[in-house]
Formats: sequence, structure tokens, C-alpha cells
Amino acid sequence: MQESSPVDSATHKKNLWKVIGASSLGTLIEWYDFYIFGSLAIVLSTKFFPPDNPTAAFLSTLATFAAGFVVRPFGALFFGRLGDIIGRKYTFMVTLLVMGLATCAIGLVPGYETIGFAAPVIVLVLRLLQGLALGGEYGGAATYVAEYSEPGKRGYRTSWIQTTATFGLFISLAVIMLTKSSMSAEAFDDWGWRLPFLISSLMVVVSYFIRRNMDESPLFKKAKSEGNTSKNPLRESFGKKYNFKFVLLALFGATMGQGVIWYTGQFYALSFLQSVCRVDFDQTNYIIGAALLAGTGFFVFFGWLSDKIGRKPIMLAGMLLAILTYRPIFDRIYQLTDTGNKQELVDQYAVREHMEVNGETGDSLRVTTMERFYTDGSVHTAVQEEIKAAGQSEFSAHTAAGHIHVGSGVFASLVLLVFVLVLYVTMVYGPIAAFLVEMFPVRIRYTSMSLPYHIGNGIFGGLLPAVATYLVAKAQFANDAVSAAGGALANEKPYLEGLWYPIIIAGVSFIIGLLYLKNKNQNVQ
Amino acid sequence: MNTIKKILGVVWIVLGLAAGYYLIVSQAIPQFTSHRSEDLVPAIIYTFILMPIITGGLCIFGWYALQGEYDETN
Repeated sequence: MQESSPVDSATHKKNLWKVIGASSLGTLIEWYDFYIFGSLAIVLSTKFFPPDNPTAAFLSTLATFAAGFVVRPFGALFFGRLGDIIGRKYTFMVTLLVMGLATCAIGLVPGYETIGFAAPVIVLVLRLLQGLALGGEYGGAATYVAEYSEPGKRGYRTSWIQTTATFGLFISLAVIMLTKSSMSAEAFDDWGWRLPFLISSLMVVVSYFIRRNMDESPLFKKAKSEGNTSKNPLRESFGKKYNFKFVLLALFGATMGQGVIWYTGQFYALSFLQSVCRVDFDQTNYIIGAALLAGTGFFVFFGWLSDKIGRKPIMLAGMLLAILTYRPIFDRIYQLTDTGNKQELVDQYAVREHMEVNGETGDSLRVTTMERFYTDGSVHTAVQEEIKAAGQSEFSAHTAAGHIHVGSGVFASLVLLVFVLVLYVTMVYGPIAAFLVEMFPVRIRYTSMSLPYHIGNGIFGGLLPAVATYLVAKAQFANDAVSAAGGALANEKPYLEGLWYPIIIAGVSFIIGLLYLKNKNQNVQ
Repeated sequence: MNTIKKILGVVWIVLGLAAGYYLIVSQAIPQFTSHRSEDLVPAIIYTFILMPIITGGLCIFGWYALQGEYDETN
């Protein structure tokens, strides 16, 4: 059945871009707020979660896991229900304010050294509020834009919302790097890290006033005026088989696979470059930032394309390409950064030594920096710290660390490879807002689409770094055990083992999606 | 196609149960018994969040598939 828009065409055209702009801006700010906590996790841990204190470490783990995994689906349920009862506009204004206040407050909380245990507890509560707000925001914005959009252009219109998660990550990295570069390292560590949190409050105020002047979604307004809104959206969404079966299908046939591909393309790629390949920290941020920037337009492209050929083929193609090419792509990234594959300029090898003596204890610290240069422009820097206790004659190794600053050719190749990963993200993520919105009727849409989205992304996707790291460590451990016993390596490429998690999850999602999802885009009524 | 969807319903149920067994026996129990504070949160999440979603969700999904709820006519 074709729907007719409840608002006349002229008003519709006039308001449409305002609606998309206001919704996208607010969602962008919420993603920015959510990501700066993660991007500044190392600084925050020193200020609020001292590692030598087990309770603070426990709170830190809770802040990382609970906000990312557990709270987002609860936010989806809480705000989704509100959105289906009182309306989309008021609900996603509340989520914006909750997120903005929580973020700003994190920037104002005194550190552990000043107020003791109250500091990590307050930060944990604020982080949970951030997770709750994020859980409610996305579904509201996607639903709001989709309900304004004309049939046949819903994928294109909602794809602007889809750009915000990636763009929010990009902006959070950019703001942090700009803040860092505008002051000394000591000033950033002392107070500068608070600025990205405080900047958020300005953006939230602007976005709030823009959103405040928006009208309620026309389809929701119509449903409300006709008395067709739900009294109990939770029971209707999850207590009735007819709706619940589509919630499960949305989760297992789409958002579960989409979530792991999203996290692999953006977060695991960053972590792989930093932790496995040991690429210079700033360079990895530039690589990811460039790939994100180049890829962002494709969210809109694939959203638009999904209006022409359907959501299902594009999302499934993205999943299939990821399943088939993840291991070759990540292997190529590893090989490009592996110094074993490079030709060293032996005559340029440089060693610097620096000695410090502790005036109180008399202990000596020797720092040796070794730089190796390669023909492709890459430079590998290894730093070894050795300690000699007062009265002893020998130094003993204390710490050793190394990283590679890749040459421009390798840098460009890495950007290209990460861009391909981001492209898969855009294929699965670009059309998904329209896809989810079209699965559910207006009376329970906010609730029903938010939950599978946040379980797929928050739980299946959010779990990816922990599971992937565990799989890599397990493979490495097995290799070490075998080689200690003198046997052949159990796994030739242990660094790729973490990819089995997204490959298997996306594989199951692909099969379920292929067999059970309908290809035809549905109408929003 | 409807027959394949129904038959695969059994696969989803088995997969859900296998995932539940793996999460509890291989992940949650060793972490609960490790007595390390950093293991407690993941163990709670495996037991009370992930296991119900994956096992419960896949089993119900498989059951619905077996019942023909996802047939073309529905």
C-alpha cells in the first residue's frame, strides 16, 4: 500500500533539510560525546581510576563495559517507550540534554587525588547516563527523519543520520589532537583534557535550540490524533509474537552482522595498527581519520542506492565482502608494517643513550633509543629502559617498547586498506536506519527498532575488541607453548585470529539475512 | 525456500545452545572462579546479558522459524 504524506508537498520540501540537519547535528554531538570518553580513556584512568587501587580498577572496567554494552539497550527500551508514547521530538531532546549534561559534568569532576573515591563513582554514573542517552538518541533521530521522508527516498534521507557515528568519531579525534597540539603535554595532562568535554556543552546548547523549534513527526502526530499510539509499547513490541519475531529477525539477520563490521572497520583497525603492528600513535589516528573522511560520503551513496535496488542486497553484499576479505586485508596491513619485509639502510642505524640518577635512592636509569631506517622511508624506534640499583654493578632490563613511523608510500597504502574496511561499514550501515524503520509500525517503531540496533552494535559490536584480543592472545599463547616444546607453530598468523569473531558473527547474520529477510523495501505507515 | 527456513530453525536452536554452553562453561565459570576483580564484570555480562540474548534469542528465533513464522505467506 502506498502511503500519502500527511503534510503538503511545499511545506514538506521546506522542512525536510531542516529536519535532517537538526536530527543529524544532535546525533553527531551525541556520538562525539560518547567517543571522547573512549578516546581519552588513558588520561581519564590516571585521573579517576588509579590502577594500583583494585576497587577503582573495578569501577573502570564497569565504566568501559557497562556503558558500552549493557546500558545502551536499556536506554533504547526506556527512551524508545517514551518516544512511542509522548512523541519522537521531546524524547530525543531529552536524550540530547542528558548526554550533554553528563559529558560536560565529566569535564568538571575533580580528580581522585582531590575527592577520593567519589571521583570514580561520579564518573561511572555519568558514563552510564551517556550510555542511556545514546541508547535513546539514535532510534529517535532515525525514526523522526524517516517519518518525514517521502516514500522512495527514505534510505537517502536517513543515511545522513548514518554519517554521524563515523563523523562523530572523526571530530572527537580531531578535537583531541587540536587541543593537544595547542598546549604543552603537561598542560594537557593537567587540565587540557577537560576541554573536549566542556566544548560539548556549547554544541549541545546550539543543537537544543535548533531542535526545540522543530515540529513533531507528522506520522506520529497523525497516529496520536487518531488515537492509534500504543499504551504499552514494550509489551506490544516484545510480548506479541507478530512484532517480536521481526525484532529477532532485525537483530540476527541485520544489526548483529552490521555491528561487528562497524566495530572491525573503525575500532579494531585502529587497535590492530596500534597494538599489533605497533604503528606510531599519531600516525594511526591520521590513517583512520583520513579513511573515515574519505568513506563518510559513501553512507549517503549506499543509502541512496538502497532506495533504488533495496536495502537487503547492499547490506548483505557488505557482509559477504567483509567475510571474504577481512583476513587478506588485515594480513596485508601487517605485512606492510612488518620490518622483516623491509630493507634496512644499515649505515643510518643510530643509537642514543641517556642516563638519569635518582638523587634520593642513588638508583640509575639508562634509556637506550635505537633507530633503524628503511628504504621505503619507514623508521623503527625501539626504546629500552634499564635500571641499576644503588650499590649494584649490573643494569637489568626494565621496560622495552618500540613503534614504527611508516613512510609515505606505506602510509597511503594503509589509508587505502582502511578505507576499504570503512567502505564495508558504509554498505552495511548506510541503509540500516531505513531498513529498521520500515520493519515496524509507527505505534511501536521507536522501541522496536532501537533495541535490536543497540544490542547488535552495543553488545555484539562492543564486545569485539575484548573477544578479538582474547583470541589473538590465545593463539599466541598456543604458539609459545608449542615452540617452547620444540614443535612446529600451531598457528602461522596468530595476529589474524581475532578476526574469526566478526567473520563468524557476520557469517551467521549473512545466512539469516539472505534466507529470512524480504528484499522489498516496505512502506512507513 | 520455506522448507529450508524451517529446517534451519533446528540449526539456530542448536547454535544458541552451543553458544550458551561455550559462554558459561568456557568463559563465565573460569572468570567467576579466578577471584580477580577485572574478571568479575565480563563474567557477569556473559552470564546475565550475553547468554540470555544469544541463547534465548537464537532458540526463540529458531523455534519461530521451525513453526513457519518466517514463511513467505506470513
